[in-house]
Amino acid sequence: MSEPLQKMEAASKLLELKHIDLSFGGVKAISNISFDVLEGEVRAIIGPNGAGKSSLLNVINGFYHPQQGEIWFDGKQRHSMKPYQIAYQGISRTFQNIALFKGMSVLDNIMTGRFTHMHKNMLWQALWKGPAEQEEIENREFVEHIIDFLEIQAIRKTPVGRLPYGLQKRVELGRALAAQPKMLLLDEPMAGMNVEEKEDMCRFILDVNDTFGTTIVLIEHDMGVVMDIADRVVVLDYGRKIGDGTPDVVRNDQTVIDAYLGVSH
Amino acid sequence: MTQSSKKPTYPAPGLDTFPKLLQHNARMFTDKDAMREKEFGIWQSWTWSQVADEVERFALGLQANGVKAGDAVLIIGGNRPRTYWTMCAVQSLGAVPVPTYHDSVASEMQFVIEHSEARVIVAEDQEQVDKILDVKDQCPAVELVIYDDPRGMKGYDPELVKIQDFVTIQAQGEDVRKKNPKQFQELVSMGKGEDISIILYTSGTTGKPKGVVLTYDNTLLTGYYGGLLEGLTENEEILAYLPVAWIGDHIFSYAQSYAMGFCVNCAESSETIAADMREIGPTYYFAPPRVFESLLTNVQIRMEDAAPFKRKMFKYFMQVAKTTGIKLLEKKSVSLFDRFKYALGNVLVYAPLKDALGMGRVRLAYTAGEAIGGEIFDFYRSLGINIKQLYGQTESSVFITVQPDGEVFPDTVGTPSPGVELKIADNGEVIYRSPGAFHSYFKNPESTASTKTSEGWVHTGDAGFMTQSGHLRIIDRAKDVGAFNSGKMFAPKYIENKLKFFPHIQEAVTFGDGRDECMAFINIDLGAVGNWAERNNIAYASYQELAAHPEVNKMVGESVSQVNESLLGDEMLAHSQVSRFLILHKELDADDGELTRTKKVKRKLINERYKVLIDALYAGKTQCFIETEVAFEDGRVGKISGDISIHDAKTYNPVAQAS
Repeated sequence: MSEPLQKMEAASKLLELKHIDLSFGGVKAISNISFDVLEGEVRAIIGPNGAGKSSLLNVINGFYHPQQGEIWFDGKQRHSMKPYQIAYQGISRTFQNIALFKGMSVLDNIMTGRFTHMHKNMLWQALWKGPAEQEEIENREFVEHIIDFLEIQAIRKTPVGRLPYGLQKRVELGRALAAQPKMLLLDEPMAGMNVEEKEDMCRFILDVNDTFGTTIVLIEHDMGVVMDIADRVVVLDYGRKIGDGTPDVVRNDQTVIDAYLGVSH
Repeated sequence: MTQSSKKPTYPAPGLDTFPKLLQHNARMFTDKDAMREKEFGIWQSWTWSQVADEVERFALGLQANGVKAGDAVLIIGGNRPRTYWTMCAVQSLGAVPVPTYHDSVASEMQFVIEHSEARVIVAEDQEQVDKILDVKDQCPAVELVIYDDPRGMKGYDPELVKIQDFVTIQAQGEDVRKKNPKQFQELVSMGKGEDISIILYTSGTTGKPKGVVLTYDNTLLTGYYGGLLEGLTENEEILAYLPVAWIGDHIFSYAQSYAMGFCVNCAESSETIAADMREIGPTYYFAPPRVFESLLTNVQIRMEDAAPFKRKMFKYFMQVAKTTGIKLLEKKSVSLFDRFKYALGNVLVYAPLKDALGMGRVRLAYTAGEAIGGEIFDFYRSLGINIKQLYGQTESSVFITVQPDGEVFPDTVGTPSPGVELKIADNGEVIYRSPGAFHSYFKNPESTASTKTSEGWVHTGDAGFMTQSGHLRIIDRAKDVGAFNSGKMFAPKYIENKLKFFPHIQEAVTFGDGRDECMAFINIDLGAVGNWAERNNIAYASYQELAAHPEVNKMVGESVSQVNESLLGDEMLAHSQVSRFLILHKELDADDGELTRTKKVKRKLINERYKVLIDALYAGKTQCFIETEVAFEDGRVGKISGDISIHDAKTYNPVAQAS
């Protein structure tokens, strides 16, 4: 309990959402949500199906543009931006349904995550020798560190499509990490995994947070996992925020309990 | 009695310890690679002079942290350069390295920590440090834990025990060296050949592990002599992938590397060994029969799935290799046409196959530890890979006998190594006296006295005999050799090995001591049988289901009767044909205590745990229910239960055959 509190006092806000409203036609996906993410913390977003969790992640990530509200990232207010511009700002993510290039090797997939760090234009790339090659070598070295970190050396050259689900998730995490993000968005990183794979993934998420100091925002359904690894938790229900705080506070919050177990309204 | 006459000498005068050899190599082979490790996808290398520098700084750092002559320093790590450097650094101080198996659980580790009285532990990574902290309360003597890989090591509580990074210790050593550049030299020169060089704990099929104390004269001389015998040079390449706590790795990847000056390569991770081996192309290779067996099984499975043309080509040229290859390897006369066919086969099949196996450059390969199937043995030899058997144990610093070139047979283990005296005791047990014979068991004078006589003869615990050509043939563990009620000899392992030579049989346990007949438990090989099931459209969900399938039982039954038929030819063993067998519902596993960490069957435990099944076998039942506890990899315990069917096997009557 005391550890996250200390962290909060010391850290500054990396991301702040103020009064976000998002609707698709007549459907209101998110209404008036405000919360913040502190630098270096593991922030979880939880809620029942259709609560607006993924929509919220897509707002942060720039896939969706909210009709109302302000987004502040790294001390600057964000105006309408494309997802790749947001990636340049230092936000990367993984997807609920794996979105890798199936026919490409693990190594190549993770290399694509270095996109934001490659600056040589197409002409240089075509010429290859010299600066472009040097750049590729530097980036490859970084990617090799990630491969080492995630312990996937043995599958470095295996096409992603041939890998089991749990490993594909790990490769996707690797690609997101390759961008050296300030903030990492993980959309259900443990969905569909067995106990052992989940434990591994938990370990990796905590290690990422610990080793690189990356701020992590994750959506997860497994309450045990969330309570174990998150510093603070936001709870959504029907597009509204119904709880926010440390795992202990959220766990004992009556509104949250009601939302999960269901009460007669 | 057989003996070899040569008296051992050191590689050069005065080079009687590994630290001295290292300094010698740093001068002799200054810029030659001594060690490589694949990291971040690239082979990183260290020359002999770089290794000498790393070792010196770490040794002085250890000394600054209070390690002194006579101390035991525990080493827990895989095959990584720093693990080997630590050994030499500890030896430089006159202290004793104690490597342990890095896959052992915390309680096993606790025994070794307590027994060796180690105050300093060098651990590979967070996983190992966690295990030490788990048992820290029971091991109050531990003062300092040094870790190699810093990952995840932030925020460990230093109050429980002092925890330091490997590089920090080396930096402390650097400071010492700056103040007194001669200090290391003085320390190293104090070492002598008769000093204790290492304590290796044997996994032990029964009871607590025993710490085998070996001197420099044991390991260094044995390694050096073995190297001379085979003509090893500084240009060999070896892949270090077997546990460092095992005597074999210590001799091949440490003692011989230092004595001969060759390069040791460490794999990137335990899963990449096959790929790394291909990249390195070792010239000197050791593997237990199990590894050769599974490689061959893999080749066979993949050939089954290959296109018909390739399959035919493989079959044809393997037949050519069988008739010609071994003769060529043993330099016997071969007709020109056969030579041509072999050369063609080499281009089309053998060379690419050897390359795929990572054995393209292997000049010398050893196998030991278990018997190897004649067919497996011949397969590799016919490809032109000089694979030989040796016989040894921790207590002998590996080498007792080795097969000399040109005298390689699948059923013997060779002639005595240089300096080894060998004889067969009255009870059939093999005993030896050699320069490699161990000093003692650590803090265990009773065991020492019962294993090593005052004249230096060591009991191996293996039953065997010398063949007419002067080769040693091992039958079984002396204590496992029993007798049927008829008084005839029962050698379980001999029969089990014959069964295990079938690719679809992973493990077998036979019973017969104090009984009328021989009966067997079988474990099928999930890989081989699984592939067979796939090709024959047999669906299964688990090992248990596959093991219970009637077709699988039928296939195993045929193998058992083939073994019975082959036993007929052996006068001593014709009566130990397997009359009934069953396929176990689970794989025997080291985690459940049924196998040792080196995958040897623990008979006593199996006798107790599966008593129901043994009784059912001998009672003539055809079905039996069993429930067993299994430990999962995360430490939880579950249960597996099921009905097992028991089958009669076809046996052959020796008398009828003779008439």
